[in-house]
Amino acid sequence: MNTLRISLALSALLVASPAISADGQITIWADATRQPAIEAFEAAHPEVKVNLVVDDGSSGGSGTFQTKIALADQAGEGWPDVVFSTQQNDAAWASKETNGVQAFAMPLNKGFLDQAFLDGYIPGALDPVTIDGTVYGLRNDLAPVLFWYNKALLDQFGYDAPKTWEDYQALGDKLAKDHPGYFLGSIGDSFEGPYIYYWSGQAPVFQVKGDAFTSNTTDPNAKKVIDLIDHMLKNGTLTQDSVFGASFVAKADHLVAIPGPAWYAGALFQNPGGVNAKPGQWAAAPPLTWSNGDKVTGNVGGGVWYASSHTANPDAVKTFLQFIVSDEKTAGTGGLPAYKAAADKWLDAQAKSGFYAGDFKGAISTAAASVWSGWGFPNFSPETAWAKVITPGLAAGKTMADLSADWQKEMQNEAQVVGYTVN
Amino acid sequence: MHSDVSTPHTTVVHPQGGGLVRTSVRGASVERAQGRIGLIFVSLYTLFLVAFGIMPSLYAIFLAFTKRGAFVGFDNFVKVFKDYRFLPAVEHVGLYLLVWLVSLVVLVVLLAVIVHAVGVRWLSTSMRFIYYIPGALAGASSVMVWLFVLDPTVSPVSFLLHAFGLGSFVETVQADHLPITLAVIAFWTGAGGWILVMYGALNNISRDVIEAARVDGAGPIRTAWFIQIPLLRKWISYMVILSFAGGTQLFVEPRVLSQASRGVVSQDYSLNQLAFLYAFKQSDFNGSAAISLVLLVVSLALSVYFVFRGGLFERV
Repeated sequence: MNTLRISLALSALLVASPAISADGQITIWADATRQPAIEAFEAAHPEVKVNLVVDDGSSGGSGTFQTKIALADQAGEGWPDVVFSTQQNDAAWASKETNGVQAFAMPLNKGFLDQAFLDGYIPGALDPVTIDGTVYGLRNDLAPVLFWYNKALLDQFGYDAPKTWEDYQALGDKLAKDHPGYFLGSIGDSFEGPYIYYWSGQAPVFQVKGDAFTSNTTDPNAKKVIDLIDHMLKNGTLTQDSVFGASFVAKADHLVAIPGPAWYAGALFQNPGGVNAKPGQWAAAPPLTWSNGDKVTGNVGGGVWYASSHTANPDAVKTFLQFIVSDEKTAGTGGLPAYKAAADKWLDAQAKSGFYAGDFKGAISTAAASVWSGWGFPNFSPETAWAKVITPGLAAGKTMADLSADWQKEMQNEAQVVGYTVN
Repeated sequence: MHSDVSTPHTTVVHPQGGGLVRTSVRGASVERAQGRIGLIFVSLYTLFLVAFGIMPSLYAIFLAFTKRGAFVGFDNFVKVFKDYRFLPAVEHVGLYLLVWLVSLVVLVVLLAVIVHAVGVRWLSTSMRFIYYIPGALAGASSVMVWLFVLDPTVSPVSFLLHAFGLGSFVETVQADHLPITLAVIAFWTGAGGWILVMYGALNNISRDVIEAARVDGAGPIRTAWFIQIPLLRKWISYMVILSFAGGTQLFVEPRVLSQASRGVVSQDYSLNQLAFLYAFKQSDFNGSAAISLVLLVVSLALSVYFVFRGGLFERV
């Protein structure tokens, strides 16, 4: 799986995309997950020819998007017409000119797309890509964190589904004692820690105000997150295996519950190569919160489509963007569409299928409406620092308490290097 | 003892000095003809060297001392040296070079001498062939092979990894294991070619010398230590120079490992990766050029040292 991704990324790096032709062809950079949606567009709009270049979608903060645009900027040619990124922080650089080359991202609400179309978005969906009132990208899907649990297992063990992070930790203690081997989640990838635990836990470790970046891993909420993770790592109810890895899949039948984004629905549970859930086995619940805290949650990705300001085919680009984010069969590419009409259709279809026990639509809607707005979108990702400091540190037997100061320092250093002032 | 063995014969062992052509008149014309062909051979290389080596270097020098076209002295260098990622990257590359070059020199020479000493013809040939195979794979693809080897969940040698206490890919690619891991990868891809070069060099040592040594009572180990290895000095220097220059530019291996480990091997592990980040993440080509120039100067300085210590251009 890894290797496939790498080879795709490498081949994408090697294949220089040809200059835009005037025959209505558009070049699109997107990850493999988006490929079926793009094929659906080609079928629906045969008049637009698509040249798809598959890359890694900049996942894990790899920076593929920015790297390749910088190369095209330097060469003065080779820009794509549309780019998909799994990250939400690309607008920070794509909206600015670099070394005298015009900003890559096309402003979308200044005459390019109708305001009426943009108003069809779920409120707040475009916040990460809006800078000073200008919209620079279109959200593909929303990815609020909610709480997924294995109803069949909880019923079997006679436990209630937790509602707060405190309940969640207590459930971990009970499982560790009475049913060792059963577990409640993972921090094996670089996204779970920052987005699912810190962001949902309302910990101010990644904040931006203007040009100032702040990170405080000693804040009371951050400390609660640290204690939670350390506690559950110690009793074995959190695993360090990647949720996309073979070892996680091998023990997925012992997964009792997991906090995670809406797109776990397709990517993890209804995936034969993932948890491979049976209908009615898993349920979606509203997000976990601190018992005495605000009712907020985190967010993991939710990709963004960008239009190139260099495009020679603005009409084709417009057709494509509108289709990909709002077509009721395609939008969301497997997750919760960010466009309201498509989202309602998707939620109804999911609810109707009865695959998930409990109030699926209610849980996702609650989560989508309560993403904590205190998280920042600077020109770098918290994931690179996490992967560099925390992942190997935990694997070597250290604790979050040992490592969080180093993580904070690494993020502050990264912020400084890309031009933020650090408080 | 060893001086008794080697002194009477040293004058004839060097390949260029061998008894090729002795007559002075014919020798001169052959030398001229060879010189002309040499020039033709070299000219194409020189053309490429200018286009892809010297011109880019000059451009890098220009970039490194300017900012938006204006001369800024050493500002770019100061900025790079002060970057929090610079010293760790130097340390990483330095450690890697140390592990790799030492193991390269020791093992390549050892293996070459062993293969050379193998009397059975088919065995020697097939050993040389096997050594060379990994070298036929291009850099990135050979790292891909190692992604499988290093991941204990899929590795064919997972028992070995487990024996070292490595239970997951993340543990295998921990920062303190990387110099060794990367050296193993580099050795696997590059050493085979060098073994063949050394083998060729060993073939050039006159049989007289070896026989003289044997007559004087030297066994295979003494022969290797006192005769063969000293006579390989030039080739060893040559290998060290090229490997050092290649090693300081460490990029593909950590970059692919970084993507595969989703950043556990950091994106700024090596100096060249840092230069890459400067250029394409921070859009600072001047800083990037400064790092490249530092690498160039260090490589040049060490090459000069080895060229003179190794007597690479000495005529015999």
